[in-house]
Amino acid sequence: MRRKPVWAMTAVSAALAMGLAACGGTSSTPSGESGSSGQPAAGAKNAFNAALTGVFNPSTKKGGTLKLANSGDWDSLDPADTYYNYSWNFIRLYGRSLTFFPGKPGVEGAKPVPDLAAELGKPSDDLKTWTYTLRDGLKYEDGSPILAKDVAYAVARAYDKVTFPNGPTYLNEMLDWPKDYQGPYKSKGADYSSAVEATDDKTVVFHLKEPYSGFDNIVQMSPTIPVPEAKDTGAKYKEHVVSSGPYMFEKNEIGKGFTLVRNPHWSEAIDPNRPALPDRYEVSTNVNADDMDNRILSGDLHVALEGSGVGTAALSKVLTDPALKERADNVTQQRLWYTSINPTVKPFDKLDCRVAVQYAMDKTAYVAAYGGPTGGEIATNLVPPTIPGFKKIDLYPSPEGKGDVAKAKEALTKCGQPNGFATSVSYRAERPKEKAVAEALKESLARVGITVEIKPYAQKDYFSSFAGKPSFVVKENLGLVVNGWGSDWPDGYGFLQQITDSRVIRDGGGSSNTSVRIPEVDKLLDQARLEQDVTKREALYAQIDEKVMQESVILPGIWAKALLVRGQGLTNVLVSDGQQMYDYVALGVQ
Amino acid sequence: MTAPLDVPESARESAPAAEAAGMDRKAIQGRSLGQIAWMRLKRDKVAMAGLGVIVFLIVVAVFAPLVVKWFGHPPLEFHRDMIDQETQVPKDAWGGMSWEYLFGVDPLWGRDIFSRVVYGARISLLVAFLSTLLSVTIGTVLGITAGFFGGWVDTVISRAMDVFLAFPLLVFAIALAGVVPNDAFGLSGDGLRVTLLIFIIGFFSWPYIGRIVRGQTLSLREREFVDAARSLGARRPYIIFREILPNLVAPILIYSTLLIPSNILFEAALSFLGVGVRPPTPTWGGMLSDAARIYTVPHYAIFPGLAIFLTVLAFNLFGDGLRDALDPRGNR
Repeated sequence: MRRKPVWAMTAVSAALAMGLAACGGTSSTPSGESGSSGQPAAGAKNAFNAALTGVFNPSTKKGGTLKLANSGDWDSLDPADTYYNYSWNFIRLYGRSLTFFPGKPGVEGAKPVPDLAAELGKPSDDLKTWTYTLRDGLKYEDGSPILAKDVAYAVARAYDKVTFPNGPTYLNEMLDWPKDYQGPYKSKGADYSSAVEATDDKTVVFHLKEPYSGFDNIVQMSPTIPVPEAKDTGAKYKEHVVSSGPYMFEKNEIGKGFTLVRNPHWSEAIDPNRPALPDRYEVSTNVNADDMDNRILSGDLHVALEGSGVGTAALSKVLTDPALKERADNVTQQRLWYTSINPTVKPFDKLDCRVAVQYAMDKTAYVAAYGGPTGGEIATNLVPPTIPGFKKIDLYPSPEGKGDVAKAKEALTKCGQPNGFATSVSYRAERPKEKAVAEALKESLARVGITVEIKPYAQKDYFSSFAGKPSFVVKENLGLVVNGWGSDWPDGYGFLQQITDSRVIRDGGGSSNTSVRIPEVDKLLDQARLEQDVTKREALYAQIDEKVMQESVILPGIWAKALLVRGQGLTNVLVSDGQQMYDYVALGVQ
Repeated sequence: MTAPLDVPESARESAPAAEAAGMDRKAIQGRSLGQIAWMRLKRDKVAMAGLGVIVFLIVVAVFAPLVVKWFGHPPLEFHRDMIDQETQVPKDAWGGMSWEYLFGVDPLWGRDIFSRVVYGARISLLVAFLSTLLSVTIGTVLGITAGFFGGWVDTVISRAMDVFLAFPLLVFAIALAGVVPNDAFGLSGDGLRVTLLIFIIGFFSWPYIGRIVRGQTLSLREREFVDAARSLGARRPYIIFREILPNLVAPILIYSTLLIPSNILFEAALSFLGVGVRPPTPTWGGMLSDAARIYTVPHYAIFPGLAIFLTVLAFNLFGDGLRDALDPRGNR
């Protein structure tokens, strides 16, 4: 899974971003997999998707070395400065945040449980003050005690986005920080107790600007991992993070890799969440991705860290070899690959012209662009199936998803363009899959007479200067913008708000929402934020989803999937909705 | 060496009469130097093979629509029925190669690789020829100016050449291709991209030819026939165009044929890096770049790779032969 881009986070406005997006849990989540058989849980026998519905090869045997590799490198190992899903998964080996997504398959793995805290947060009546009490006997790797003030300090240092540009900014936006606060390095000695404070050695209190009921999800993220102020070296802390979890750094060569060994001051008595099976973790970074795939297939390596699935070359190998295929898991991710249809670009200002695109597109080509059925399933609306409250909405059905040319032509006639028209599609130049989507759009839309010019732009400035900038979109006639969105945690609000709220669109650019400007949707989002009842809230998400589809400003492509391969000799392998990849804390080796 | 026409008497002295000595005596009289060079070239089988390939490529590129109509399918047409929907690679063995699809089909969309290679030749050759023309024009004009006038003019131009040669061309090309908008200079789409490639490649490779022309001009300027013309009262333009330029035709021709293959490679490199012509327009470099990700389907890389290889080889062989023919002193 790719990192959620930073620009999206800076766009989060304090009030809007979080709302009452409680995550969680209660609802009946469909367990994602459509075609892929409910394998019986727990078993040592290799089978396709064995780690999706149960624990594959369960074990409590300790010992061994787990070998992992990363085709790139961490943005940072520092808990304040990291924003990759795989990193949030892995960091739990050497850091403990207040809450924790447990190592359970499926939806159970997306409900936070207390970790550093003895129990989940206690909110005040107005949901604006959240109190966490730490467990007894917590210790760092050097044996010194973990105190509540270390958690508060960690949150305060994560506020400094100049020193730590990569990390999530949810807490920056939500907490009531003092005016002009710049983090503990620049605002030395400044009092940040209005945002977060340690009232005694074991109690951390958070003060929110706006009520929010899902705060346990927020403190699950890495910035609440405690950092002892005396050991903090600012931007250099990533070279040696002081461990609060079961493993600590033995050596760390940034750019090459690192090893983790057992933390002698950690014990199961102070941590019920982690089985801590292997004795050692060996991680290498900047490994060639194809090489990494091959090493996993041959058994030389256990885990490809990114959890984004095997590459194109290895994919065909795995799918055509039954012995390899039964070691694979096709994981559904909370991610939608889609194409924005911009109503600001003529003739997409007319609803029927936009609808024509929905009917004209051959969605099977969208699937193909992402590597075939193992890369994703055809999406008919926005919210992916693994998000609680999922409701399938198919307003523009077509046989097998191949598009309905007759209906598309009918829509074109209605909007006054019976012979089609010319428009452009943008995509991120560095992404071959998005290039394939652009080619597929051109081919599909040509069937009804819409001619599409393909325009690649640099990924780095895609939203800030190009496809996310309203004036640029109009100038360059970008009727279609190839796009994608993933959720940081499983919840309809977290998924929908950034891509459907018209108030995140700014003239200066930077928003991934380029096309949704529906006042009614804005109102529904506000309503959902204040709605305390989970069922009603989820109904509102479905309503938003349906409204966007009615207006046809987004062409949903696919709900993403990734094909992961279990390394040989792995035990206790499972995929939870919280991680959407193998849970690295649960893994063991034979 | 001199050009066939208007050869000054003084220059004729340097003509290698001895070369033709073995020929039929009667024929010697009627032969210009161009004809002699052509005869020499014709005897060089390797160079003629190179020329043959070049002519073949040009014909194929010019008549691409017809070639594709007879032997293939439109280069942008999808044939997804040829592709395994599970793995996105061609269903049939050998990447779907058959009489229907001569070079097979590309993974994912099943486009006819034969047609794409044929159409790719258009872009490659067009960019290579025009950019070479541009750099030869600039290089010749500035080279002659620097060599003939000397002094501060020479200093300025020579330093400019040094600057251009030190330029990180590839990096600059990537940056420039990135910042140019979709519509500029009254052009858009592929037309603009091709023009941009021609400009970038042509404008930055002129010093190679410029240096050679300057050096030749420097030595020609001091030759007796130029002195003679000058003492007879010839003006500078006359000396440049009638005395010096004809003597430069041979080196210019040789270096042009050797510059073309390097420009083809440069265009391929730019397309490979994704800053050339935009998809889905086929280019050899772009096809290689797509193929590099899917090494399980080797035929996808082989045909565009082979096309680049053959073209570059043909131009190099022909260029070598041409040099040998025009400048026998440099003969092995």
